[in-house]
Amino acid sequence: MSPPSLTSYLVLSAVLFAVGFFGVLLRKNTLVIYMCLELMLVASTLALVACSRFNGTMDGNVFVFFILTVAAAEVAVGLAIVVALFRKRQTIQVEELNHLRD
Amino acid sequence: MSGLLFNFLAVFTVGCAAGVVLNRNSVASALCLLLSLVGVAGLFVQLDAFLLAVLLVFVYAGAVVALFLFIVMLLDAQGGERKKFKGATIVASSLAGLLLLLGVCSLQAHAQLPATVGVAALPVGATLRSYAELLFTTYLLPVEVVGFLLLTAMLGVIVLSKKFEGLEDGK
Repeated sequence: MSPPSLTSYLVLSAVLFAVGFFGVLLRKNTLVIYMCLELMLVASTLALVACSRFNGTMDGNVFVFFILTVAAAEVAVGLAIVVALFRKRQTIQVEELNHLRD
Repeated sequence: MSGLLFNFLAVFTVGCAAGVVLNRNSVASALCLLLSLVGVAGLFVQLDAFLLAVLLVFVYAGAVVALFLFIVMLLDAQGGERKKFKGATIVASSLAGLLLLLGVCSLQAHAQLPATVGVAALPVGATLRSYAELLFTTYLLPVEVVGFLLLTAMLGVIVLSKKFEGLEDGK
């Protein structure tokens, strides 16, 4: 089999992104929505690394480095918010968290 | 050989990602996310980005998924009864899915990206040295900013999760 091309990596990354996107749309549990967001971030990093590799540059790789750092910070803050929300409302299902709408 | 490995890793990663979305149990979702991230790390190794693969496993699989599991167990908020999807949700999801599928297909059809050297390009991301050189010269300011961001996030988490006496609003 021939080695994979840049297009196959990009398509894989798009499919991974789509799966995460569907998770965000369809799931009701805030934690699972958060996991799907992480999945989308990882899909974008895969595209960056692939483009970087096939163009022989370093910029994409360094960018992924920063994305990893920001994602770690984001998860810490987001989960702290979820815990604070759970303390206040005793639920993390998104359809029950609609007080701003009413 | 590398094509076979790529196919295996791609199927593994997407399958585990689908597991994250489809599993009813949040703990199982988190474990599927872990497996999916390991698959992506394998793809990074195939792309000669060894440092990023190791970092992905350490930061994501180690810290982030462990944090997720910890919070899932702590809150113990398993789905409960599942409500039916509304009509608008179904229409919106299928429209979004159609658009995404269209995007992927057009990418497949005419993705002639300019200036691709292909696998013949030197694997510049393979060594730690190249990262260090860029991070401490061109990207020095972003590194400082990210450090500050991490500090801010840490302080934010402390403020969010600690209960301060006498500072509660209302009641």
